[in-house]
Amino acid sequence: MKKDIILSGVGGQGILSIATIIGDAATSAGLNLKQAEVHGMSQRGGEVESGLRLSDTEIHSDLVPLGAADIILSMEPMEALRYLPFLHEGGFVVTSSSPFRNIDPYPEEAVRAALAGLDRVITLDLDGITRTNAIPQSANVVLLGAAAGIIGILSPEQLQQSIRNIFAAKGERVVEMNLKAFEIGREYGGRQ
Amino acid sequence: MTQIKLLLGDEAIAEGALQAGIKGVYAYPGTPSTEITEYIQHAAAARDNGIHCTWSSNEKTAMEAALGMSYAGCRSMVCMKHVGMNVAADAFVNAAMTGVNGGMVVVAADDPSMHSSQNEQDSRFYGKFAMIPILEPSTQQEAYEMAVYAFALSERENLPVLLRITTRLAHSRAAVRIRAGRTEPAKRPVADDPSSWVLLPANARRKNAALTEKQTRLELLSGENPLFKVLLSERPSGKGIVTCGTGYNYVMENGAVEAGFHLMKIAQYPVPTERVREFAGRCGSILVVEDGQPFLEEQLRGIVGGGYPLKGRLTGDLPRTGELNPDNVAAAMGIEKSPVLRVPEGVVPRPPALCQGCGHRDVYIALNKVLADYPAAKVFADIGCYTLGALPPFCAIDTCVDMGASITMAKGAADTGLHPAVAVIGDSTFTHSGMTGLLDAVNDKADITVVISDNLTTAMTGGQDSAGTSRFEAICVALGVEKEHVRVVVPLAKNMDEITRTIREEIDYRGVSVIIPRRECIQTLARKRRREMSKNNQETAK
Repeated sequence: MKKDIILSGVGGQGILSIATIIGDAATSAGLNLKQAEVHGMSQRGGEVESGLRLSDTEIHSDLVPLGAADIILSMEPMEALRYLPFLHEGGFVVTSSSPFRNIDPYPEEAVRAALAGLDRVITLDLDGITRTNAIPQSANVVLLGAAAGIIGILSPEQLQQSIRNIFAAKGERVVEMNLKAFEIGREYGGRQ
Repeated sequence: MTQIKLLLGDEAIAEGALQAGIKGVYAYPGTPSTEITEYIQHAAAARDNGIHCTWSSNEKTAMEAALGMSYAGCRSMVCMKHVGMNVAADAFVNAAMTGVNGGMVVVAADDPSMHSSQNEQDSRFYGKFAMIPILEPSTQQEAYEMAVYAFALSERENLPVLLRITTRLAHSRAAVRIRAGRTEPAKRPVADDPSSWVLLPANARRKNAALTEKQTRLELLSGENPLFKVLLSERPSGKGIVTCGTGYNYVMENGAVEAGFHLMKIAQYPVPTERVREFAGRCGSILVVEDGQPFLEEQLRGIVGGGYPLKGRLTGDLPRTGELNPDNVAAAMGIEKSPVLRVPEGVVPRPPALCQGCGHRDVYIALNKVLADYPAAKVFADIGCYTLGALPPFCAIDTCVDMGASITMAKGAADTGLHPAVAVIGDSTFTHSGMTGLLDAVNDKADITVVISDNLTTAMTGGQDSAGTSRFEAICVALGVEKEHVRVVVPLAKNMDEITRTIREEIDYRGVSVIIPRRECIQTLARKRRREMSKNNQETAK
């Protein structure tokens, strides 16, 4: 079994933390993993992407080939669309519907229409959800929670354990906040 | 005992160097090489063993310090991005002439597709130029193994060894099996052989002859590298692939051997000529798959001769420039892929930008305001976050070429009478390569205004220490800039009147002046605050 995931967003939105959690879970589960990250200039508010490949057999390429991704997991709606050529026919898009408006004009309508036109898509009002639940720092973990049901190669419980592992150094309060965020995400994901 | 760790290619190299028992790493930050040194800085093994790991002022000082450590009998590593090799080239090429004592490994991280760089130069050319062995890993595991091997090879051959990687390996993470413990390399006395280390022409001629003679032996060694591979297809189609580095991964992703290709993977240079000739004899044609410039392809052309069907970047079978990926390699292998989804209309690029609240923003707002009154003004900028001042809404700079070029280009332009000639340079770039240029300007009483935009860190690469922090006024005055023309301001909107007045006064002064807008990078500031907060959280939890 293999899963190719594209993580995308805007520099600073925390997509690498999602990758770190999945990476920890994959390693604990004895899966092979390759994760290509973007560092350097683009991290300054530009488009960022990380390809995450999980498999129980050997993985060769660090990059996800076009048309191969099972999931696009995005912190920003336009950034989800940017990587559609990587998605295979039956693949899922799980994305925040909250635009990050650091470009002018932001193509609000085009983005909304394109997302609505996709077959398999889960959208989350991450701004609203994190505000209502007072978890402003954990939007990325809410998104991961929403995708937990479709990642498949890793169970939600394995991801939960990795959230504990990764945030442990930051104290119990941060761990609890992220576990809560993960549960909220699962709930929203399950509804769609 | 082995341990499995999830590591970037960069971090795997750091683990390899620790395993090999280095006494020090020397480096200047540069994407995609920065994480090698950072990993060592955070490693317990580095603290426990007193391994030198603070940042150097630039790649040349780093290379020379590493050579000095080798001279003293210890293993040393020096790391940089590909353009850093240009800065360090003098020391690098001549280190091949002196040879080494303790093992010395030079890591060059190339950036095909220029994700974070101003050119696409391929460091393997430097290795060939210096006539030393080059190692090129394909995977994170190989990066670790090769780093360990590189030190032994360096000591055995009495030469520095170049370890060449590309962005995709440097910044991709995978599980790496790490052997426990640290090798204690055999103790070597300090070098005591001036005839090797004093490169007077008489000595240098002898060393040059010896190095040249060694090349045949180095070629043979490349063919014996444990990671050199020839994979023969059971259903040969007559086609062959010669590949190296990350190219190997894409070829394997596309099932080359199953598809009938014979495969040769080069792991070490100089190119093992005889092995290649033999392999070419087995195949009717060869596709060369290499990330970077057509280094291998050009040499293979010489080995197989003009009539042999050789394909690669030079023939257009692979893109002439830019990074390889599984898709362009598949196309070159003749594999048809089904069409993929398109990017919907309306999706527009999102270029990087200076952070909201960044001090460089205030500097450019002030500069633009003042320079609106000087239509002939040119702004010579430099390498760092502030290069983003080239983009809207600022469009504030006219040049950005190489580390330090702001001051020297402004000086050269001012020498023609161009006024105002303004240089914009960051604090870390100034100590990297700006100080000598400022001395030139002082000596010629050049009519330039230098802005050292000081955010107290090396920001673009993630906030490493900056070599001159808290000493910039002293450095400028010591280089001969008049004290009253070294001005410090705080780049905040509320100070805009003072900043614009200062810039105006120094532009109107027809000599060398330095303005230092100083305010901490908001990213490093935020990181510090987060660290303190999590420390407080943990203490409350206790």
